[in-house]
Amino acid sequence: MKYIVNKHPTAIRWFHWINFPLLAIMIWSGLLIYWAYDPYAIKLFGHTFFKFFPEWFYQKYHIKRRLAEGMAFHFVFMWLFAINGLLYVLYTAISGEWRYLLPKKSSWREAWLVLLHDLHLRKTAPPQNKYNAAQRIAYTAVIVMGAGSLITGLAIYKPAQLYWLVWLCGGYKTARLIHFTLTILYCLFFVIHIVQVLLAGWQNFISMVRGFEVTDASTAKIIVKRDNEDGNA
Amino acid sequence: METPENTDQQQPKNVEPFDARKANRRTFISSLTLLAGGAFAYWGWDQLYHAPKETAADATAGARAPLRKVLDMNGELAERVVSPDHLSKTYPKAMAAKKPRVNGKIGLNNKAIEDWKLTVYKSTSENISLTLEEIKKLPKTEFAFEFKCVEGWSQISHWGGVKFSDFIKHYNLTEQAAMAYVGLNTPDKKYYIGIDMPSALHPQTLLCYEVSGQPLPPEHGAPLRLIIPTKYGIKNLKQIGNIFFSNERPPDYWAELGYDYFSGL
Repeated sequence: MKYIVNKHPTAIRWFHWINFPLLAIMIWSGLLIYWAYDPYAIKLFGHTFFKFFPEWFYQKYHIKRRLAEGMAFHFVFMWLFAINGLLYVLYTAISGEWRYLLPKKSSWREAWLVLLHDLHLRKTAPPQNKYNAAQRIAYTAVIVMGAGSLITGLAIYKPAQLYWLVWLCGGYKTARLIHFTLTILYCLFFVIHIVQVLLAGWQNFISMVRGFEVTDASTAKIIVKRDNEDGNA
Repeated sequence: METPENTDQQQPKNVEPFDARKANRRTFISSLTLLAGGAFAYWGWDQLYHAPKETAADATAGARAPLRKVLDMNGELAERVVSPDHLSKTYPKAMAAKKPRVNGKIGLNNKAIEDWKLTVYKSTSENISLTLEEIKKLPKTEFAFEFKCVEGWSQISHWGGVKFSDFIKHYNLTEQAAMAYVGLNTPDKKYYIGIDMPSALHPQTLLCYEVSGQPLPPEHGAPLRLIIPTKYGIKNLKQIGNIFFSNERPPDYWAELGYDYFSGL
């Protein structure tokens, strides 16, 4: 006999799919802004390994001389991006979904085992609930990053009015660097996320659309057991 | 057969027996919602991206009309936050750049420096004309702060001059300063800006005649420029020729090229 296991609440699916285009627009418009002053590079011992960004990149994606346009989009969509993110955090806090998402004490050790398993260096993965240890860490980290983007973004946006935020970020220049670094990290997150979704297969993907997975009895039983252990029954 | 129900634990809400019809219906509705939502989002984006530029009737131009509406709302919101107590951080003079960066020379004219006078329009019919020596007699304020360019770079630089608020009091312009905006432009009027009054009267806003302790060189806007730490560099007009007051937004060079009118920090 098969079972329906409800995995992702409707609200979380909405937040997730709304966030995707919003973050894409924020990153794109951010690039239009960054071009106007693009000093960042990965340097080691005086050698430049990568410049953010190479000329061909600007050319290919038509980034150049669009500062005003970038700022206009950025300072409009920042509202939607922030509101969606804040509502998501509020929802997870109130609904109790945070129990599946926040790392547990054991997550830090287990995440390592998950990584070894994913890299096919270890046969078994640690037992998990809705999300494995690595996911818990990743999905919490990306929310912390989101908060970081909002805080550093506000510090760059109104440094005179919000001088205390600038101080918190370690200065105006540092705030801009952190804001940029977080953007690069989102892109890395996105790549890993897509690869993992592809590897996890159809059931996992479609559950982010329809909310549930279809499983056999033994899997469902495990889910029941773990859920009770986690106090989520 | 073993089912979740006959474990000794209570069945949680998130597991239910498989019902093909129900599952198919849920899959269909969710997928359709996502596809329709995606299509709607794409349509909305397409509309916005190709939205007509704002009509140039106002002090701004060059931005997509819906975006400009939000930018102006952001500006109105920010203007309310501007407070004389919210100061741009100041630094010891020693930390200031020896040669502050020069960026842009629109409206600058070396010939205009020689017989320069500042014209302040008290009304359309009445104006006062001031020399640099007269302005220099007012109390001097100097500080170093992190000058911020709209491009994204910033630099600590040291400036000296007369507080705009002191200037207003000294020349009895309080009535004019009750208006919503002050407009400034270069003698040739090729560079022009508008500043909301709360920002103009901010205690760090200077009619500035010194940089790094020296009289302003031509490229920094000799003989008199605006230093307004609560705004991006684009609002720090060099070589001020005229000052006027208005309840309408005065024309603004960069706001006509798609930039935010408020451009406040």
